[in-house]
Amino acid sequence: MPKWFMPLAAINALMFAASPFLIANADYEATMGLVQKIFYYHLPSAWIFLISAIVCGIASARYLFRGSPRHDRLAYAAAELTVLFGAIVLVTGPLWARKAWGVWWQWDVRLTASLMGWMVAWAYLLVRRYGGPGSDKLAAGLALFGMANVPFVYVSVNYWRTIHPPTTVVPTLPVDMGAALWFAVACFLLLFVLLLRLRVHLEEQRARLDSLYLSLDE
Amino acid sequence: MRAALLVLVLLTAPFGAPAFAAGSTGFGLAGQQPDAQPPKPVDEFVPVSQLPPQDQLPAAPLLVSAYAFVWLALFGYVVSLGRRLSKVQGEVERLESDIAKGTRA
Repeated sequence: MPKWFMPLAAINALMFAASPFLIANADYEATMGLVQKIFYYHLPSAWIFLISAIVCGIASARYLFRGSPRHDRLAYAAAELTVLFGAIVLVTGPLWARKAWGVWWQWDVRLTASLMGWMVAWAYLLVRRYGGPGSDKLAAGLALFGMANVPFVYVSVNYWRTIHPPTTVVPTLPVDMGAALWFAVACFLLLFVLLLRLRVHLEEQRARLDSLYLSLDE
Repeated sequence: MRAALLVLVLLTAPFGAPAFAAGSTGFGLAGQQPDAQPPKPVDEFVPVSQLPPQDQLPAAPLLVSAYAFVWLALFGYVVSLGRRLSKVQGEVERLESDIAKGTRA
């Protein structure tokens, strides 16, 4: 692992430990009150979910057109993180919605498209695990669909009738709410970079193991 | 004939455009604001304990559940990743030592 990994991991752990204090000190939202504080972890997770799907898609495209195993490993790692952060979004969202909207789930465009993106990431992992030879290329094709879904998820709230808050909410946040949000975004972004590096390292070790087995067989 | 059609289209375009524009605003209904209505006067006070069950839902358990899920999911993933990594690294080291000895376990 690179030298920067452990110091950054320690900083990230401290940031995560500090984030609840900033979130607790941020103002309550007028109509939703306490439950709105789910937002400070929900939104960064959602952004990382989308960024991860984009990373997976770009790495898969490069793997499809250039055939570099390095990009394949990056895509595989990013797909797993898409599933992780997608699960966080899809669990914290309904917990917030139950109080704010009165329902756990609405089949509106953003929620449905997010669920679809999450299922595409799951499909990627399942194809990689059980698809047999050639499944890496098939999964890379799936990742392109997952990436194509991302802009649709992001802008959907601005174009369709939905009860989900639009993207214009974030730039209008007051200072203390904005500070808590951007701190949480920094926490999740750093965590994403660290987890991605660690997961890619796992794939590198697996590739090394495969080459060792091959050298033993020869 | 083509020229006549073209003239007809050009002449009717200004009349059709507003209708098309109205249709396009219907696409983004979320942006429309309903007419402002003054709030209704309160004619009785209802104690919180007498609210219907769906309105009595406390926020704290939902908030705690959300944060607990995030922390547990992230912690669980880090532990799972650590275990997978140590298993693979252990196997790599074992194979490398086998190769160095010239034997295979």
